[in-house]
Amino acid sequence: MIAEEVMQFLVLASLIITAYLSIKFKDLIACAISLGIFSFLLSLEYYILQAPDVAIAEAGIGAGLTTAIFILAIRGTERREVEE
Amino acid sequence: MWVDYLIYVFLGIGLTFNGLGAVGLLRFPDVYTRLHAATKTTTFGSIFTSLGVITFGIAQLYLTGNVPEDLPLITHTIIAVACLILTNPVSAHAVARAAHRSGVRPVKAVVDKLAEVRKK
Amino acid sequence: MDVWFLTAGILVLWILISCIRAILGPTAPDRLVALDTINTLVVASMIILGVAYREVIYIDVAIVYALLSFVATLYIAKYLEGGP
Repeated sequence: MIAEEVMQFLVLASLIITAYLSIKFKDLIACAISLGIFSFLLSLEYYILQAPDVAIAEAGIGAGLTTAIFILAIRGTERREVEE
Repeated sequence: MWVDYLIYVFLGIGLTFNGLGAVGLLRFPDVYTRLHAATKTTTFGSIFTSLGVITFGIAQLYLTGNVPEDLPLITHTIIAVACLILTNPVSAHAVARAAHRSGVRPVKAVVDKLAEVRKK
Repeated sequence: MDVWFLTAGILVLWILISCIRAILGPTAPDRLVALDTINTLVVASMIILGVAYREVIYIDVAIVYALLSFVATLYIAKYLEGGP
């Protein structure tokens, strides 16, 4: 039972790291990739909490659709974040 | 039982190769060598951890004979591993081609045939 | 200690090590390689956790996940390649 708790702690630590990275980077492609990793790990966290239907919804919307929409938006605008 | 030790051996091989992939991703100097390390070893390790699951399912099916519970475990695991084997090299190829076309050059490489071909 | 939870815990530890490359990576393709590695490791740990909870329906989530993460990786790679 202690292995399960250690596993959940590691997933939550990875979630915090990638969520911080997605607001820190200046390259917006790197931000989109970090947000993709965040949504994958969030899906794994739902899976550990034994909610597989929510995990399927998160995998479909978070992994596939949101990343594609962000890439489309970056293609329409600029790639680098500019300093004001 | 001896099947338990077979499962432990499969899981050990899979975990070792997945760990080699993660460490190689951390320590290699270049995009292409990192891709080489990460993709091959994690695919191989995932095949072996899933082979442990399949062995467990076959042992449960032989011991208890609970067909509607154990037969979907085996078949769905085989389908998941087949999807992984089909999609993983394709995405690795796409990443390598995208890295070469976006201007990342190999470090310490002597020849670069793809750049020579594309220059003509 | 259950061996399946121990295996899943070690796989999540490898995911945390792969996140370091997403932090350090100098260019965007490095981070994309880290995303691809994390995809494969998450699918493997989902299969292991499906046996650990003794639920057959959980393995279907791994199939859906393996097919959808492929789409996201291909889309980001197609943007990095340039062109339309």
